[in-house]
Amino acid sequence: MPRQTPLYDAHRKLGARMVDFAGWEMPVQYTSVIAEHEAVRTAAGLFDVSHMGEIEFSGKGALDTANRLLSNDLARISDGQAIYSGLLNDRGGFVDDVVAYRFSTERILICVNASNREKDYQWMSQRAVGVEPANRSDDYAQLALQGPKAAAVLQRLTPTDLSEIPTYHFAEGKVAGVPSIISRTGYTGEDGFELYCPPADAEKLWFALLEEGREAGLKPAGLGARDSLRTEMKYALYGSDIDEEHTPLEAGLGWIVKLDKGDFIGRLALERQKAEGVRRKLVGFELTGAGVPRHGYRILEKGNQVGEVTSGTLGPSVKKPIGMGYVPPQIASEGSAFDVEIRNRPVAARVVKTPFWKKQ
Amino acid sequence: MAEYPQNLKYTKEHEWARREGNSVVVGITAHAQEELGDVVYVELPKVGSTISAGTPFGVIESTKAVSELFAPISGKVAKVNDSLTNSPQTVNEDPYGAGWLIEVEPADGQQIDQLMNSADYEKLVKEKTG
Repeated sequence: MPRQTPLYDAHRKLGARMVDFAGWEMPVQYTSVIAEHEAVRTAAGLFDVSHMGEIEFSGKGALDTANRLLSNDLARISDGQAIYSGLLNDRGGFVDDVVAYRFSTERILICVNASNREKDYQWMSQRAVGVEPANRSDDYAQLALQGPKAAAVLQRLTPTDLSEIPTYHFAEGKVAGVPSIISRTGYTGEDGFELYCPPADAEKLWFALLEEGREAGLKPAGLGARDSLRTEMKYALYGSDIDEEHTPLEAGLGWIVKLDKGDFIGRLALERQKAEGVRRKLVGFELTGAGVPRHGYRILEKGNQVGEVTSGTLGPSVKKPIGMGYVPPQIASEGSAFDVEIRNRPVAARVVKTPFWKKQ
Repeated sequence: MAEYPQNLKYTKEHEWARREGNSVVVGITAHAQEELGDVVYVELPKVGSTISAGTPFGVIESTKAVSELFAPISGKVAKVNDSLTNSPQTVNEDPYGAGWLIEVEPADGQQIDQLMNSADYEKLVKEKTG
């Protein structure tokens, strides 16, 4: 039986089409993926991302404990800030990609992918030195309010001054009376917020936001739009673009690896890989021929397979067939050409600058 | 609620077929386009190629999924709807009209009569969606 978020009834009420995602029954769309995608780019969209997990390190030494598990550096940010990071294995591959929230040096909250909640908790529990992690996943629902009008809509429902929360910062406050972590983060390329709240209050918060945003053009948005929005930004999706076999250096995420911060799991492997150079790189490409690239399609050079597509779609905003995939470094630079095999036919593609989508 | 015009014949793979003079026009049903979601790409056979009943003749892609199109009847492709190259969303907007896919010269003029009628197809959809 797939699990349901606290907003399951709300989704049914709104006529969502539900799908199984990582063992969760989630809305893939309410009306149309493209319309919901457009709403996020031009007004605002509201996503239920309560399936994501939260793991907390609390107590003296929490920051140091978490920092040894993460590739990015919690010591370099301030209290009230968040960072995107890798949770890596000894080979430097991704156990998960996460966002870590620094409340203080004694309280770190890590938001993990739905598909990895249990795995990450086990992984951290077995390797944590110092503070024991607590799996808080069932204590939080999470809503993502994203789009150019997100801040204006949210501000009308909270006494917290949102202009005091820059990107990748957060604050605790009330939204529509619901105690929330208000985080200026997202997965769409637009300004926006992720709100963590008690599951029992999720429905109240959800409908308050929808109601408040109606005039501004806020729409509920499903996983379909979430995927096309993040693809246009070349944001990696765990399980598609990154996994235990791929490292941040290969995925073009070198900036989340701080090799000089002190020891962390995966550091040795990444130092070696950095010295030797990577053998494949995750690139963003555009099809110049007709078709739509999809996860798993082969990437060919002169008829031979040299890589694989990890994500692809017809970008609703860029209005082009775009994708991501791993290719050898020799054909990873902007302008490089290769073929994507679609139904046994090679279709021309070229590497382009990413993100694919730039705010107008 | 999707509609299934009485003047069309239907397949269990959710294509429709309509007699037009000596030809048969083929598309996908309102139910099919609803299930697919936003259509972003349609790949159709070349004019003059032959298609065979029950086997794939093309591909239709939505934002999320790739699906094959199955030929309701056998015959030769007389026309393809080229406007779908630039406006694939027409399949969502008007599945029984401007969103048609191909026009076929049937190998056997009676074959279309063996397909499902509107009531039977509607029953099939209801059984599937519960």
